[in-house]
Amino acid sequence: MIGELNSRIPEGPIEEKWSSHKFDMKLVNPANKRKFEVIVVGTGLAGASAAATLGELGYKVKAFTYHDSPRRAHSIAAQGGINGAKNYQNDGDSVYRLFYDTVKGGDYRSREANVHRLAEVSLNIIDQCVGQGVPFAREYGGLLDNRSFGGAQVSRTFYARGQTGQQLLLGAYSALMRQVGSGSVELHTRTEMLDLIVHDGAARGIVVRDLITGDVRSHTAHAVVLATGGYGNVYYLSTNAMMCNVTAGWRAHRRGALFANPCYTQIHPTCIPASDEFQSKLTLMSESLRNDGRIWVPSGHDEARSVSDIPEDQRYYYLEEKYPSFGNLVPRDVASRNAKTVVDQGLGVGPLKNGVYLDFADAIQRDGEDAIRERYGNLFQMYERITGEDPYKTPMRIYPATHYTMGGLWVDYELMSNVPGLFVVGEANFSDHGANRLGASALMQGLADGYFVLPYTIGNYLAPLLGESPLDESDPACSNVVQGVAERTQKWLSVNGTRTVDWFHRELGKLVWNFIGMERDKNGLEKALSEIPSLREEFEKDVRVLGSADNLNTSLEKVGRVADFFELAELKARDALERAESCGGHFRSESQTPEGEALRDDDNFSHVAAWEWGGTSGSAIRHKEELEFEYVPLTQRSYK
Amino acid sequence: MENTMTLTLKVWRQKGPLENGRFETYEIDQISPDMSFLEMFDVLNENLINNGEEPVEIASDCREGICGTCGCMINGKAHGPEKATATCQLHMRKFKDGDTIIVEPWQATSFPIIKDLVVDRSPLDRIIESGGFITVPTGSAPDANLIPVPKDAADSAFDAAACIGCGACVAACPNSAAQLFTSAKVQHLNLLPQGQAERWSRTEEMVEKMEEYFGSCTNHGECHEACPKEIPLDFIAYTNRDYVKSKRKNRNLLGQG
Ligand SMILES: Cc1cc2nc3c(=O)[nH]c(=O)nc-3n(C[C@H](O)[C@H](O)[C@H](O)COP(=O)(O)OP(=O)(O)OC[C@H]3O[C@@H](n4cnc5c(N)ncnc54)[C@H](O)[C@@H]3O)c2cc1C
Ligand code: SF4
Repeated sequence: MIGELNSRIPEGPIEEKWSSHKFDMKLVNPANKRKFEVIVVGTGLAGASAAATLGELGYKVKAFTYHDSPRRAHSIAAQGGINGAKNYQNDGDSVYRLFYDTVKGGDYRSREANVHRLAEVSLNIIDQCVGQGVPFAREYGGLLDNRSFGGAQVSRTFYARGQTGQQLLLGAYSALMRQVGSGSVELHTRTEMLDLIVHDGAARGIVVRDLITGDVRSHTAHAVVLATGGYGNVYYLSTNAMMCNVTAGWRAHRRGALFANPCYTQIHPTCIPASDEFQSKLTLMSESLRNDGRIWVPSGHDEARSVSDIPEDQRYYYLEEKYPSFGNLVPRDVASRNAKTVVDQGLGVGPLKNGVYLDFADAIQRDGEDAIRERYGNLFQMYERITGEDPYKTPMRIYPATHYTMGGLWVDYELMSNVPGLFVVGEANFSDHGANRLGASALMQGLADGYFVLPYTIGNYLAPLLGESPLDESDPACSNVVQGVAERTQKWLSVNGTRTVDWFHRELGKLVWNFIGMERDKNGLEKALSEIPSLREEFEKDVRVLGSADNLNTSLEKVGRVADFFELAELKARDALERAESCGGHFRSESQTPEGEALRDDDNFSHVAAWEWGGTSGSAIRHKEELEFEYVPLTQRSYK
Repeated sequence: MENTMTLTLKVWRQKGPLENGRFETYEIDQISPDMSFLEMFDVLNENLINNGEEPVEIASDCREGICGTCGCMINGKAHGPEKATATCQLHMRKFKDGDTIIVEPWQATSFPIIKDLVVDRSPLDRIIESGGFITVPTGSAPDANLIPVPKDAADSAFDAAACIGCGACVAACPNSAAQLFTSAKVQHLNLLPQGQAERWSRTEEMVEKMEEYFGSCTNHGECHEACPKEIPLDFIAYTNRDYVKSKRKNRNLLGQG
């Protein structure tokens, strides 16, 4: 059993906590750094930036990714931008305002101290990326351009056309490859972590499978960093890349790491609606489009006229009407739920009546088609390729889809989990976004963790270990885990059932979307808690995986990931059930204001729920970390 | 469902790098024009598994045309018939009922086949590792607005930086050269003020690393035709220019010129 959760938040005024903590932490002297080995799993923004920086500092780093190259990580797909409190636009932004907006946007379910640190280092991130050659958008004078992004009333978002994530990842990837070239980082591509080695109470290494040869082996080190991304694919359909999964984090959870707030999921308001059963994933249309696009549905049911024939007074601009000050720029959760409401009322548009319009006609008239093309050209192109419709001429159709997971492995202020030596960075941890993440803040957090936080805090853990060598790979603590992984992998090949892995994943996804989606209630969650385990039993008995374990076998990779999604889904339902309040992306229909907004219950739920693995799926134990708000007064969010 | 298509697929199957490969023919029906090419393959693979046959290995991840994971030869064209479109963004409305579609992996000796339609493109990483970066250790960068970058330079650098590392340029090139990929990275960095300090070393290292693995460019331009990001060909010319200069400059720097 885990004792009291200690978040190790430093003392002192909020704006001094990080700088004084940096001074208080133990340092590893440069000559000693090479005596420490660090494993980094994941080479997306968080992992690549962490591995590159640790390599530069002189640590011996091993980096792992299941992709064929670090440049493929899901971070590459981020479109809209990255926040930085530079106040280059002179519009009143500051570190404090970014901090304030993030705590408020997260609906008061994040740690103030972490968020303030994030806002502080946001300044360094922008400098670092520009230094690496990230081609952010610029004004004619050559200085950096900014735009405002969902939920913010200042322009603090830096962007590179609609491909910000790509450009930031290529920056981090190039920094990582520089270290690979110089020998300080050993890179293992097409290698998947399938278990964590915990020995004498600390993380000592990982067990991996080579996806080409099927070899299963261990790697040991002084510390392990997980940077393995989010678990949105538990919904099957999401905007995440096809391979995103929870396995690394889940296996660590089964070895003792607490999983925090699994029910917090962000449903992104602007995605292309599904077109049929075979839909394999959903495509996000960057939320930056909401700066210029107006969202509406026809106000009458069964509207059959073409868009241009619907007169202005029969268009329902529901966000502009309900939220006059924020209009189309309300935070994501508010925008998503409102889209669901109008579609549920039967006002949806498109062949399946499963979308709402995002209309650029006014913006094109005001600024000209060229200006719109300059801002969103590639997004419009992508939309046309997928739907066959031209958004310069006819409004886009959009609908919410699962996008980001605020929950993840619990970490303290130093980004270390409750398992000593196991650090978690990027989307894989639960840290900074509370119950709802603001747009353009995930890239910021991934890079903050990887470039500017972990490289300091890991030293504080490592310094006292000087002189200790990593666990010997022939130690039974390693070989037992290796054997377990090899057996688990083989087991799937022998089930020989009748249905494909994808079939089960799709069915699981439907349960999760229906019962733990945009709106949750007690009945639905209880239903999820009975249906998920029975589907899992069927999966274990009836899944069909062909081929062998000694070469590339994508179905075999997927089956293990889906198995972990099943267990996570159950925990997600329990977490959502226990949290009998609404907050941010977690909307319990029993807990809403008369206007239909999320109604928090601060007396009972102003805490982080951190779950301990109980030995079997469904038996997890809930722990609490109480949250205190000293700087941002708790208020009911209002975007009216 | 209305308007669905029935298609014949001829797909390259190969168990491993050293095995012999062959085309297998599969019939597939009920294909909707709104499906993506890869969703059509998902359906094929579900059918195969249901019939007890091993699914076709075909790589993809983001399915948004940005991660660069996907890519195969479709009817002899890298990424298929639609211009400026990666395999994952190709939709079935570009085909018609009754079509036969031939699907093969990238073919280039520097990209060995791993299995079926999946190849090993790691030599592209080796090129980046040799110089595709600006040396700016974490924490050492000056304020981001200290050096203004003319908008045109930033835009051109972006055009080059848009490369997704898919390798279609290599697959399309009669010589299996990686000139377009390499030039895109070289010029992304060479065009920016931040990239000047390492301009000459970067160019020489990257071009020579490329030549270790890949064939030579003889200006066919097939790479640009195949490129899903339409990386402009003039980046190759700039890189050739920079390479010639770099030979002289790097020698000067060593005090020998
Ligand atoms: C379509 C889209 C658009 C977005 N747009 C924005 C935006 O505009 N602004 C913003 O701030 N955020 C945006 N986000 C969110 C943001 O992109 C992600 O939260 C962020 O990039 C996650 O980075 P990461 O490094 O934590 O994880 P990832 O980039 O997902 O990287 C995970 C890494 O872990 C590896 N990995 C995972 N499991 C294993 C394992 N078991 N073994 C080995 N390796 C493993 C993978 O190979 C990969 O390298 C967007 C997200 C999506 C889906
Ligand atoms: S240059 Fe074009 S074709 Fe070549 S790797 Fe880059 S994106 Fe692909």
